[in-house]
Amino acid sequence: MSGIVWALLGAAMSVVLAGCGSAYGVGVAGQAASGVVTEDPSKFAKVLIIQLLPGTQGIYGLLVAFITLSKVGLLGGSAADLSLTTGIMIFAACLPIGVVGLVSAIHQGKTAVAAIGVVAKKPDQFGKAMLFPAMVETYAILALLMSILAVNAINV
Amino acid sequence: MSVLQMQRFSICAMKKDRKAILEELQSLGILEVDTSVIEGEVLEKMDTLSQKQLFERTSALADQALNVLAEYEPEKTSMLSSLEGKALIEKQDYQKMVDNKEALLQSANEVMALGKEIAESKAAIMRLETQIETLTPWLNLDVPISYSGTRKTAVIIGSVGKAVTLEEIYTEIAGHVGELEAMDIQIISENSAQTCIAATCLKQDAQVLEDALRTLGFSRPTQTSNLIPAEQRAQLQKEIAALMMAIEETEGKIRAKANDREELKWFSDYYRVRAQKYEVLGTIPQSKRTFLISGYVPAKVSQELQNRMEEKYDLNVDIEEVPKDEEIPILLQNGKLSGSVEGVLESYGLPTRYEIDPSRVMIFFYVFFFGLMLSDAGYGLVMFLACAVLLKKYPRMSEGMSKSLRMFMYCGLSTVAWGILFGGYFGDAIQIAAKVFFDYELTINPVWFAPLDDPMRLLIYSMVFGLTHLFVGLGIKGYMYLKDKHYLDFFCDVVLWFAFLIGLVMILLPSQMFASMSQMNIVFSPAVNTLAKVLALGGMIGLLLMSGRSSKNPVLRLALGAYDLYNVTGWLSDVLSYSRLLALGLATGVIASVMNQMGSMAGNGIFGAIVFILVFVVGHIFNMAINILGAYVHTNRLQYVEFFGKFYEGGGRKFAPFKAITNYVDVKEEKKI
Repeated sequence: MSGIVWALLGAAMSVVLAGCGSAYGVGVAGQAASGVVTEDPSKFAKVLIIQLLPGTQGIYGLLVAFITLSKVGLLGGSAADLSLTTGIMIFAACLPIGVVGLVSAIHQGKTAVAAIGVVAKKPDQFGKAMLFPAMVETYAILALLMSILAVNAINV
Repeated sequence: MSVLQMQRFSICAMKKDRKAILEELQSLGILEVDTSVIEGEVLEKMDTLSQKQLFERTSALADQALNVLAEYEPEKTSMLSSLEGKALIEKQDYQKMVDNKEALLQSANEVMALGKEIAESKAAIMRLETQIETLTPWLNLDVPISYSGTRKTAVIIGSVGKAVTLEEIYTEIAGHVGELEAMDIQIISENSAQTCIAATCLKQDAQVLEDALRTLGFSRPTQTSNLIPAEQRAQLQKEIAALMMAIEETEGKIRAKANDREELKWFSDYYRVRAQKYEVLGTIPQSKRTFLISGYVPAKVSQELQNRMEEKYDLNVDIEEVPKDEEIPILLQNGKLSGSVEGVLESYGLPTRYEIDPSRVMIFFYVFFFGLMLSDAGYGLVMFLACAVLLKKYPRMSEGMSKSLRMFMYCGLSTVAWGILFGGYFGDAIQIAAKVFFDYELTINPVWFAPLDDPMRLLIYSMVFGLTHLFVGLGIKGYMYLKDKHYLDFFCDVVLWFAFLIGLVMILLPSQMFASMSQMNIVFSPAVNTLAKVLALGGMIGLLLMSGRSSKNPVLRLALGAYDLYNVTGWLSDVLSYSRLLALGLATGVIASVMNQMGSMAGNGIFGAIVFILVFVVGHIFNMAINILGAYVHTNRLQYVEFFGKFYEGGGRKFAPFKAITNYVDVKEEKKI
C-alpha cells in the first residue's frame, strides 16, 4: 500500500470522525432547542446559537482534511508520490482532530443541551450558559492546532 | 470607565402633590425607589394592589385585543421590524388617546367579543363536521336511521363492529333461529371497522332476528334522526355554510376595528405605566398629610433633580451619601465606543460598587481578538456595512440592540484590518476568479503574512497577544489594590507574579526548545540571563513565603504558598488557550477557499460564472455565519475566563429606576435631566 492511501485515509478519518461527533452534538442540542422553541418562540436565536456550538468540530475536521489534501496534491494537479512512512506520518497527524473532535463534539452536545436548559429557565443568563459548551471546545481547538502543525511540518 | 456614584435622595412632600410628583419622577426615570430605610410610627403604606391589578388587567385586555386584530388583519411588517424599536409619539396625541380611553376600552372589549364569537363558531363547525362523518356510512340508506318499519314488517338498522359478508350473516342467523318466514338483509356500507346493515322481517320475528344478529356483535346506532341520512347531511352542510358566512362577517367587523390598532397600543401602554406607578405608590410611606419617597439617584444629577423638584412643588429634599458598606445599584457610564461592550459585560455580571468597570480595556481587546479570529477583509466589510446600515436605518431600536450592533460594527472594522494584514478577501476569491475566468495568475500579497504558510509564526504571536491580555488583567488587579491602598496585597499578589512570570518567559526565550519551535534564535546577554533567573527565583520564593500570609501557622503558610505557585500551570493553560486565535483564523480562510474552489469547478463561460456566483453567495454566507458565531463565542470566552479570571468578579445589581416601561410607544417628553 503506498503512502498516498494512508494520507487519504487520514484526511477521510478527520472528516468522518469529527463530522460524526458534530452531527451527534448538534443533533441532541437541536432536540433540546426545539423543545424550548415550542414553549417560547422568542428564544429561537439564543438556543440556535447554543445548538451550533458543537458544530465546529466537523468544520475543524474539514479544515485538516483540506490542508492534507492540498498538501499531497490531491486537490487539482497531480498527487505527490509519497513513501509509505510519509503517508503513515500524515495519517498520524490527522488523528488528533478526528478522535478528539468525535469525543469532544459528543460531550459538547450534551453540555449544550444543559445550557439550553439554562436559557429556557433564565434567558438573561445566556452569556454564562454559552460558556459551558465553549469550555469543551478548547480541547478540540488544541487537537486542531496539533493536527495543523503536524501536517504542515511533514515534508512531502 | 466608571461605575456611577449613587446618592440617597429623599423627598418629603404634601399629599396633594403626590400624583404630580410621582408622574414627574416616572417620566424622568432617574430614581430607583427604595423605601426600606424609612421608619416611623405614624407612617402607613397604602394598599394599591387591587387598583394595580385592575390596570394590569386592562392593559392585558388591550394586548389580547391586539392579538386578535393581528390574527385577522396582520400588520405589514418587514423581517427586520424587531429592530425598529418603539415609536415616538407626540404628547398631545397621547393625551387625546387618554381622553378617549373609555371608547378604546369598549373597542377592545368588542374586539375580544368578536374574537370569541369566531372561536365559538369554529367549534360549532367542528362539531357539525364530526356529525357528518358519523353519518357517512349511512348515506346509502333511503329511510331515516330511526325508521322502525311498516304496519306488518319491522326494520332493524344497525352496525356490526367488523367486516362481514351477507353470506356470513345469513349463515349465522340460520344457525340460531333456523329458517325465518320472510327476511331480507341489506348491507348499506362496509369497511374493515364496521358493517352497516338494514334487516327487514315480519314484526313477530323482529326480536328473534335482533337477538340472532347480536351474536354477531350487532348494535343500534347512537345517532338517531327522523331524516333520511342524505337529507340530514345536506342540512348539516347548510348549517356549516351559514356559520362560515357568520365567521366571515365577524372577521370583517374585526378588520374594521383595525383603525384602532395604534391607539389600542398606546392604551395598553397607558395602563401598563399606571400599574407601575401604583406599584411604587404602594411602597411609599405616608402620614396624614405628607408622604415620603426615597431612593438612589446618580450623584451627578441629584442636584439638578433637587432644583427641579423644589422649583415646582412645595417639598423637602434630602441628599445623603450612601454608607460605605451598603450595596448600590450599578449604572455604568461609558462613551459610545467602550459602551458598546456593556452588553457583553452585563451578561457576565456588572461590577460591584468598588470594582472597576473594565469596559474601556475590554473594548480594545474584544475588537482586536474578534478581528483576528475572523480575519477576512470581505467578511469584515460586509459585517461593518450591515451593522452601519441597520444602525442608520433604525435609530429608535432598543438600547441593548444598538450597543451590540455598534460592537459588531467595530469588530467588522478590525476584521477588515486583519484581513488586509493576512491577505484574505473572501478567502482567495479574487485569485480564483482571475484564474478561472480570465486565465490570469493573480497574486495578492498579504501585507503581513499568510497564516496558512507559516502557522507557527501566528501561533507565537497569538500567545504573545494572550500574555499581554493576561498581564493587563493582572495589572488592573494591581491598580485596584493601589486604589484601595492595599500595598502589601499589591506587592504579594501582583508584583511577585509579574516578576515570576516575566522571569520565566525570559528564561524560555533563549532556550533550545523555543528556538526549534519558532525558528528564531534569541540570544540575551549574560546580564539579562542573570536578571531573568533572579526575577523568576525571587518571584517564586516570594510567592512561596507570602501567598499564605493570612495563615499564622508557618507550615500551613508554606503549603498555601506552594499551592499558589502551582497556579503557574493555570497561566500556562490560559496562554495556550489563545491558540484559538490561530485556529479560528485559519478555519475562516480555509473554508472560504474550499467554497471558492467548489464554485470554480464548473469551469469558465456563462454557465461557470453563474455557478460560481451562486456558490460564492451561498457558501460565503454560510461560512460567515458560522465563523462570526465562532469568533463571538470564543472572544467572549477569552474575556470571561482568561481575562476576567485575573481580576474581575462582578455580581453588581443593575440600576432599575422608577420609569415608564412601555411595550409599544414612547411619549415625547419636553425636558429630560
